[in-house]
Amino acid sequence: MRLTDLSTKTSRWFDPNVPLSDIVVSSRIRLARNLAGHRFISRCDDEEKQEILQRLKEIILSLKELGDIAFIDIAGGSSIERDFLIERQLISRNLAIGRGPRGVVIAANELFAAQINEEDHLRLCVLAPGLNLDKCWEQISRIDDCIGEKIEYAFSRRYGFLTACPTNLGTGIRVSVMLHLPALKITDQLKKLFASAKDMNLTVRGLFGEGTEAVGDFFQISNQVTLGISEEQIVEDFQTLIIPKIVEYERIARDRLLVKDANILDDRIARALAVLKNARLISSHEAMFLLSNLRMGINMGRIKEISINTINELFLLTQPAHLQINKGRTLNAEQRDILRAETLRAKLN
Amino acid sequence: MQCEICKTKTATVHLTEIINGQRTESHLCQNCAQKEGVSVKSQLSLNELLSSLIAAHQHTDEIGDSEISKKACPECGITMEQFRKQAVLGCPKDYDVFEDDLKDVIEKTQDNNLTHKGKIPAKAQADPNAQNENRDKIEELQKQLSQAVKKEDYELAAKIRDQLKDLQ
Repeated sequence: MRLTDLSTKTSRWFDPNVPLSDIVVSSRIRLARNLAGHRFISRCDDEEKQEILQRLKEIILSLKELGDIAFIDIAGGSSIERDFLIERQLISRNLAIGRGPRGVVIAANELFAAQINEEDHLRLCVLAPGLNLDKCWEQISRIDDCIGEKIEYAFSRRYGFLTACPTNLGTGIRVSVMLHLPALKITDQLKKLFASAKDMNLTVRGLFGEGTEAVGDFFQISNQVTLGISEEQIVEDFQTLIIPKIVEYERIARDRLLVKDANILDDRIARALAVLKNARLISSHEAMFLLSNLRMGINMGRIKEISINTINELFLLTQPAHLQINKGRTLNAEQRDILRAETLRAKLN
Repeated sequence: MQCEICKTKTATVHLTEIINGQRTESHLCQNCAQKEGVSVKSQLSLNELLSSLIAAHQHTDEIGDSEISKKACPECGITMEQFRKQAVLGCPKDYDVFEDDLKDVIEKTQDNNLTHKGKIPAKAQADPNAQNENRDKIEELQKQLSQAVKKEDYELAAKIRDQLKDLQ
């Protein structure tokens, strides 16, 4: 598998042909695991990291049920390749900037990734488009079982799976759902959502942007507590209570916009389309912002001539590392802004 | 306190500069501080947040603290002081070695939970030591429970009872 096999198309987790995908972009579950008999990553020298990497890599690559998979060496790769994998949400920034032997095993369909020697020895991750946490849990738990039969995990009856940071202790599970919430943003209701999420011990962070400031109104909502609540319970809460409630709020906000401010809404969407179709230079920030408005316009039936798939694709293709991988060379900021505008014009006109 | 520059917003950035022994203090709001080129980190990473939490705990619990900070794990050599700085542990054994110190950190970050509920890996299910560990823990909790009832601390007793329920 080469990165250029992935770089010209959208990720499977961005597939719009699933229920609720106008609001719920994707579901992901991550499990943090460490090997018994080894120190955690911060105390490992390169030799020990290499040993852990080798062992986990062999085990994971031998798992037949994962289908077409490949190992990507992160220590040896270029920074553009690392950024590309971050943009596709296959590795964390932490793994990208880490030191020493480390890597990731990814499935060709991009719905599975196993990061080795990140903050923990192993970070398993399974993704699915839309709201599909039950399936993610079933798959990741099975993969986890297979690996757990071959090696001994660091585990105690009292604290569960032992992790480098106590914030992951116990189940080591992080359930995350990526949501597109433009109407809650326009109607200024995000603060309310963030406050209630905090009360429920949930973390909200923006995607495609820095910190909680989300460029393009994409947010990832995840559980914070990993100890004392079973994996099934967390998954069920997200699948049946938390996410459906947020989806409902976003729908109400969208309906209200249509009733009260249809002109303002249509103006915003039309302007977004006009700029995206005509710009000659466009920053990543501006492109994300306008694509988000366009995505909302299509999902609310205000624009019919562009498919949601095209928009989802553009969210990825216009990211800095995607532009450079597809061009086959490094580009400075201005060159990227030109190529980004060209890419947008070619797909939207 | 008002911002010294715009005089409207609340000052949230407090800067003390010592240049040639001359000490000056400025109190600015977030916006003016950024304009003045004072770098303000508005986003804390989870690890930074945890270190500040641990540091705060360290502050309120100073008695005997220096001894605790110096105790090193025989397996990986990490001390609590180092953990407080970097917010990651050195090896799985640290959870035993620094059990008392970590208890508060775990309770705070894990919504007062202290006992695992959920998956048990195949190799741990077959491990007889793990079973013993569980039995020891139950005995210890039963002791704590009777003490709490004696002291009429029913809130604590209820908490211990729930932990026991999870273990049994």
